[in-house]
Amino acid sequence: MSVLAFITRLSSWDFPLLVHVLGAMLMVGALVLSGSALVVAWRDGSAPLVRLGYRALLLGVVPSWFVMRAGAEWIASKEHLTNSKASWIGIGFSTADSGALFIIIATILSGFAVRRLRTGEGSSGLGRAATVLVGLLIVAYLVTLWAMATKPL
Amino acid sequence: MYHTLLFLHLLAAFALVSTVVIYSAFALGAAGDSRVLAVGNVLWAVGGLGTLVFGLWLAIDLKRYQPWDGWIIAALLLWAAATELGRRAEVGLKPAADVAEAERARAVMFHWLRSLTVLALLVVMIYKPGA
Repeated sequence: MSVLAFITRLSSWDFPLLVHVLGAMLMVGALVLSGSALVVAWRDGSAPLVRLGYRALLLGVVPSWFVMRAGAEWIASKEHLTNSKASWIGIGFSTADSGALFIIIATILSGFAVRRLRTGEGSSGLGRAATVLVGLLIVAYLVTLWAMATKPL
Repeated sequence: MYHTLLFLHLLAAFALVSTVVIYSAFALGAAGDSRVLAVGNVLWAVGGLGTLVFGLWLAIDLKRYQPWDGWIIAALLLWAAATELGRRAEVGLKPAADVAEAERARAVMFHWLRSLTVLALLVVMIYKPGA
């Protein structure tokens, strides 16, 4: 491939795909970080780990969700897939959008857990609820990854 | 077959990036925890092996690519560099009291170099220069 052809590809659908995939990878990575910290905190009630789980959601998952979602919209519009009836597109958009609600709830719950730990109150219920939500999100996004890769009808 | 291999290759790549995110938290100053770091190390081992095996399998399975294509060789070199940088980062970022500040600073630098290498790997995978 010539240099010119390579440069042309830089402005085609490859860049939106890079934005989408990078956003999704960072989002899942931050969910894994948050989930790992919250699971360990579930067992020993460690305040720094609950804080790490909360910060991973707030500063990692939330911004990367926007990057992932913007990349998805961009590439869908470039490939004229916005109104597609394909099930893999449906799975992608529905898990992304409903996942946002779960992300917000998990972030709020873990934030309250951190606050309660700071004031000396127990936070186990809130932290554990956030852990369960993060676990569900990881499973949902792995199913989405399967749908994106295998593209079932 | 192609779609299953692609899914497993991508799953492994997600595991690699998860390790980078976990290490980034500690490089940015989160209180070190050996159990969370262990999750990152296991994910790198599984993801590293998975990306390599399923990536090469894909290159052999697909007629339009060959394992000796330039972009695949570049990806293999980046993969090896990322693994070595990660090994060096792991030594200095473990939450042990006997890790000197200078050693930790070097480990943080190796971690960010690994992060850039993984980003370059992703760019090569998506743009496939020369393919």
